[in-house]
Amino acid sequence: MTRVTPTVGGDGVGAGGSLEARVDPLPRRAGVGRRAVLFVVLGVALVVVSLVAAGTGQLAIAPDEVLGSILHRIGVTIWPLPSHPNGDSALWTIRFPRVAMAVLVGAALAASGMIMQAIFGNPLAEPGVVGVSSGAALGAAATIVLGLNFLGDWTIAFAAFVTGLLATLLVYAVSRANGKTEVVTLVLTGIAVNAFAGAGLALFMFLADTQSREAIVFWQLGSLNGSRWQDVLVVLPVVVVGIAVALVLSRRFDLLSLGEKAARHLGVNVEALRIVSIVLVALLVGGAVAFVGIIAFVGLVIPHLMRMIIGPAHLPLLIASTLGGAVLLVAADLVARTAIPMADLPIGLLTSLIGGPFFFWLLRRTRKKAGGWG
Amino acid sequence: MSVFSRRAATASVESPEFVGMAGRESAIIGDSMAGATDAPLGSGEPALRVQRASVEIGGTRILDDVSFDAAPGEVVALIGPNGAGKSTLLSVVTGDQAVTTGAVEIAGRPLADWSLRELGRRRAVLQQQNGVFFPFTVREVVAMGRAPWQGTPRDADDDRVVEESIALTETTRFRDRPLPSLSGGERARASLARILAQETGILLLDEPTAALDLRHQEDVLRIARDRARAGDCVVVVLHDLSLAAAYADRIVLISAGRVVADGAPDAVLTPALLGSVYEVEVEVIRHPVTGTAIVLPRRATEPAIESPKHAATTAAIPSESGESMCVSTLEETP
Repeated sequence: MTRVTPTVGGDGVGAGGSLEARVDPLPRRAGVGRRAVLFVVLGVALVVVSLVAAGTGQLAIAPDEVLGSILHRIGVTIWPLPSHPNGDSALWTIRFPRVAMAVLVGAALAASGMIMQAIFGNPLAEPGVVGVSSGAALGAAATIVLGLNFLGDWTIAFAAFVTGLLATLLVYAVSRANGKTEVVTLVLTGIAVNAFAGAGLALFMFLADTQSREAIVFWQLGSLNGSRWQDVLVVLPVVVVGIAVALVLSRRFDLLSLGEKAARHLGVNVEALRIVSIVLVALLVGGAVAFVGIIAFVGLVIPHLMRMIIGPAHLPLLIASTLGGAVLLVAADLVARTAIPMADLPIGLLTSLIGGPFFFWLLRRTRKKAGGWG
Repeated sequence: MSVFSRRAATASVESPEFVGMAGRESAIIGDSMAGATDAPLGSGEPALRVQRASVEIGGTRILDDVSFDAAPGEVVALIGPNGAGKSTLLSVVTGDQAVTTGAVEIAGRPLADWSLRELGRRRAVLQQQNGVFFPFTVREVVAMGRAPWQGTPRDADDDRVVEESIALTETTRFRDRPLPSLSGGERARASLARILAQETGILLLDEPTAALDLRHQEDVLRIARDRARAGDCVVVVLHDLSLAAAYADRIVLISAGRVVADGAPDAVLTPALLGSVYEVEVEVIRHPVTGTAIVLPRRATEPAIESPKHAATTAAIPSESGESMCVSTLEETP
């Protein structure tokens, strides 16, 4: 922690000295200890939630048996295998890829939300708000309806990436004036891009046959149902590389929050940072939504929540957001497929249902505190 | 202080031999980039030089053929009326504003030859706006000033330099509070601490005293002067002409995009010059002890109101220059 002994004012001799030597006691946060605790808590939560999620469903498997199944694969035989005859195969063909996908998508969405907020210097920026997700969905819908298959399994992801990137660049170009991003312009541009993408989606649904139409509806609702290992292996490198690059950029994000000019004066190439970050966000979001559809609010709520706990420094914030997003999505997916028996709720519906009011509460709470949205 | 004594002062800051040694040392360390910015500013050479710079934005000429330089060891104040081009001149030096014609050199090298990172180690800029988008604490913000030194041998000093800067600017009391929660003056001082932590050798301060109370105005300019005495080059935009007179070694008066005067405070701060540039009558008086110039707009003294029931009075007040000024006090009471 950073409590300070008096350093100015000559040992508190004299009225002025003792006045200046006092350190304002509150609010205190962002200590190294607090960060470490949060990382450990999130890490443990991620493991526990993942094991529980993998074991829960029509075929219930105890968490120790889930762990046993994983350890058996790597040659450790301490824990028991699943007692049900189909348990092991259910885990490895259905549950594990789904949980892995939830981890990757949650991490990608939360990380990209944090990156967007950092480069726009604006806590309202989120992939969903500025239309990246719907842009990506439009691209995916186009490939579904037009039956494009030029890159095999990667076609949808690629199209989602490209259109997501275009949507972000569009918002970026339009909402900036005189070197800064206006909040109102940002949100309004997001609305415009979302509306345009919505119209495009509607058009493709109109043109589509029944099967494609279902696929597009699946897009807009978002679901992790039917995730396969192939899909996970496509998303994995995208997410890992994206987050690794973001980690490298995190100190520059700190400097950028001083403003564009001040960041330049400290040696940051602001334009290059922005462009790299936007490509990064398009990559992360495009990669994530390509297989699971639009999942809103994760990118908005998680970075906020983490910032409230450990402060705004971007390196720890990115790590915490990545972990937090993964935990949230695994948990949300668990609820989505178990809340109603024999039914798989769309996870996007769930995150919006909870995320909307939660964000509202967050806004009210933060606005009351000094400093607020900065 | 005359122009001649200023030259004498700059000549004694660092000897060329010392500069050469520092350069060789960092070449051995292997960080040639750091070497270029690690070395003390050369003596004799101006730390920054603007040659015949003009800036046009949207057809409006904001700077018109401005030449200006500043040497290590001196505090140069840029003064002039609102919209004269002081901040534009400063942003030309920082590289935020490209010149339409003309040239800018930092430490003897054209501005375009510097990488942003190198510039971050060579010159620090205090802007008028000192916000931060997210609730970073004062200490975190000050530590950001160390960013250009990351990965160089000097990043080992980070903690010490940050603490010293915080102590020097007397921001210790709110060092753990989020910057956005502070008052304008506290924010300005925290930002000054960040600039000092950057350890650049060239300080460019755009109205650093604007949000500050009497004591902290003095503190900030004293810090600036101390930095100059230690060999730094300080350029500061000021509106308070008496502050400029008290702390600047040299004053550059700018009006309508041109340099009108450039010299020692006594040479620039004359009633005639200031009167014509600021379009207000000005008197310059001397401090009885220090002899420093104090600049005041000529204010008419109002006659004492003798009766609460008098009608509008007109009094002729003789002014120093011999001419009379008419002042009317307002309105009768019913």
